[in-house]
Amino acid sequence: MKARQKRLVFVGLALVGVAGATSLALSALQSNISYFFSPTQVMANEHPLDAVFRVGGVVVEDTLERQPDGLTVHFDVTDNAAVVPVSYTGILPDLFSEGQGVVAKGRIGADGTFYAEEVLAKHDESYMPPEVADTLQTAHVDGVVEQTAGSLAPTSTTRSPTQ
Amino acid sequence: MTINWFKFASPAAFYPIAGRLIPWFGGIAAVLVLIALYWGFFETADRLGGSNPQKEYYRIIFVHVPAAWMSMWLYLVLAGWSAVGLVFNTRLSFMMAKAVAPTGAIFTFLALWTGALWGRPSWGTYWDWDPRLTSELLLFFLYIGYIALHSAIDDMRRADRAAALLAIVGLVMVPVIYLSINCPDPNQCAALHQRSDPGSIHPSILIPMLTMTLGLWSYSFAAVFARLRNIILSRESDNAWVRDVVAKEAV
Repeated sequence: MKARQKRLVFVGLALVGVAGATSLALSALQSNISYFFSPTQVMANEHPLDAVFRVGGVVVEDTLERQPDGLTVHFDVTDNAAVVPVSYTGILPDLFSEGQGVVAKGRIGADGTFYAEEVLAKHDESYMPPEVADTLQTAHVDGVVEQTAGSLAPTSTTRSPTQ
Repeated sequence: MTINWFKFASPAAFYPIAGRLIPWFGGIAAVLVLIALYWGFFETADRLGGSNPQKEYYRIIFVHVPAAWMSMWLYLVLAGWSAVGLVFNTRLSFMMAKAVAPTGAIFTFLALWTGALWGRPSWGTYWDWDPRLTSELLLFFLYIGYIALHSAIDDMRRADRAAALLAIVGLVMVPVIYLSINCPDPNQCAALHQRSDPGSIHPSILIPMLTMTLGLWSYSFAAVFARLRNIILSRESDNAWVRDVVAKEAV
């Protein structure tokens, strides 16, 4: 009599626990997604006005400016459709660089600038030793040279050593 | 030639086999892990190039990725033995599942821990509610939940069945972890993990990584068999053969 019922209760509890954990995780992921906005959405004013949210995209080449205080940086983030200017005071992660993906957490100011509290860099899936990457890069650059002669010197490797 | 597989399903028959296999798996594990550590830490490039210019700290990949793979694989093994136990009602399957859980939990913790240490310098944070990090953390809770549920129930058979059911239900997490990087455009997602592809990892990095994976796999066999032998002895302690074994090994 009792054995089967107890088993049923235990199984039920386990199922409820897993369902709870899953729904918590899913809602965490969901809210994570809902607090994430692309520059296009920010420019369309879909973002919350007075709350912290996240903006993600690629750092536009040649927009990284270090301010005189030495800690504040300005840069632009784009999703190839719209651009959001970002201001951040703090230490940038190691993988932060122009042309790479970032996720910035903060709020938007009255001037339309995104004031970030936290800037996270994304990493790339490619794991190559520098020599191999250079060979690939050269091949890529050569291909670009053939198409547009010259005018690529600043784009290839302008990684500022200032971090 | 026919092998009676059910013969090995008897704890009494498997106990000595596991004992003989442990030194082999342990030895292979030690050799492969040492080779992989030396190879990964001293014989690979000091830094990465191209679009992913990680410095020395990229080398955590030689521990982090194999540990993460093992955490998922061992969960499949855990759920697999649980299912076999539920279906065939074989004692050894439940013991096997119980023996796998702590090793799986250790690898899950190792993956999360090494990932946090790597994430601080490269991403800029120890922890983020990235889909993959979140789902891997849930896998850790599942392992812990399996162990806790099993030890919370006094009746061994009932504990086996309840924990087995939990393991099977939790199986939903493994594909979630696996698919959690499937963002169509990485720059449109908050996920920090990128879609991964062994093809974009240079062989000089991939091969030591796979060597480490084989080493950890071999270690898992040795550790699980050692734990399994203890479980067999304690659960079959009423049987004459166990008393014989204990008497012999005590000498």
